[in-house]
Amino acid sequence: MEKMIAGKTIAVNEEGYLTDFNQWDRNVAEEIAKENEVEMSDKHWKVIEYLQKEHQNQVPLSIRKIGKSNVVDIKEFYELFPNGPLKISTKIAGIPKPASCL
Amino acid sequence: MEKEFNGEIRKMMIILSKATLENVYAAFVLANGARMEGIQAEIFFTFFGLEAVHKKKLEHLHVATVGNPAMHMPTMLGGLPGMEALATTMMKKEMEKIDMPDIHEFLDILVASGVKLWACRLAMDMFHYKKEDMYEGLSDVITVGDFYKQGSGLGTHMLFV
Repeated sequence: MEKMIAGKTIAVNEEGYLTDFNQWDRNVAEEIAKENEVEMSDKHWKVIEYLQKEHQNQVPLSIRKIGKSNVVDIKEFYELFPNGPLKISTKIAGIPKPASCL
Repeated sequence: MEKEFNGEIRKMMIILSKATLENVYAAFVLANGARMEGIQAEIFFTFFGLEAVHKKKLEHLHVATVGNPAMHMPTMLGGLPGMEALATTMMKKEMEKIDMPDIHEFLDILVASGVKLWACRLAMDMFHYKKEDMYEGLSDVITVGDFYKQGSGLGTHMLFV
């Protein structure tokens, strides 16, 4: 599937997650964030960068791990991305939706 | 801004009435999974379920080896001394492998995620538990009626574990 995001044609899956990380940039992230009622701040970007790094190192993401990341605690993570933190933050980060239940 | 209701689940009200590890984890995973999807979640601890939020007991919950057909062991074997402890140790090892937190840490995660934890007043009285005996993240001790009131609104689902 393809979708126009921030003036670019971006390959996404049926849930709207990027399928090619090379197409990701900050403008794309900003627009996905806006669609999900998230306004990006420095703190948001720090979390996004952390998620991308973890994904690059093939670490499976979970709420528990993020709570121990020293980047953000769980309460803050929920405040930054209220309607499903892991689901929405990974979408903004341009990485796949984690399959974890934890 | 109120979105139009289209049948989605908005709130999970989970009633936990047992304190065996498998049931407590089931309730906790369901509540946590709801929050991860942006769904509200609350847990009502009643009868033996209260042990999961009792400071002195929550670290010592066990797997049921008797009356649990999924253990695949003869019922008489399950009743032997030490069998529950053995099964519990084995299960805890497996849980650590899949990054499952222990009960206390899991409660902390639930509270940080915005899950409300309620203790049943009637069961508290029955077991002679005081609020001070309970896990500090507990929201309050309430009646069944209070719990139902908490669940009002469109898209609320109730689950008995």
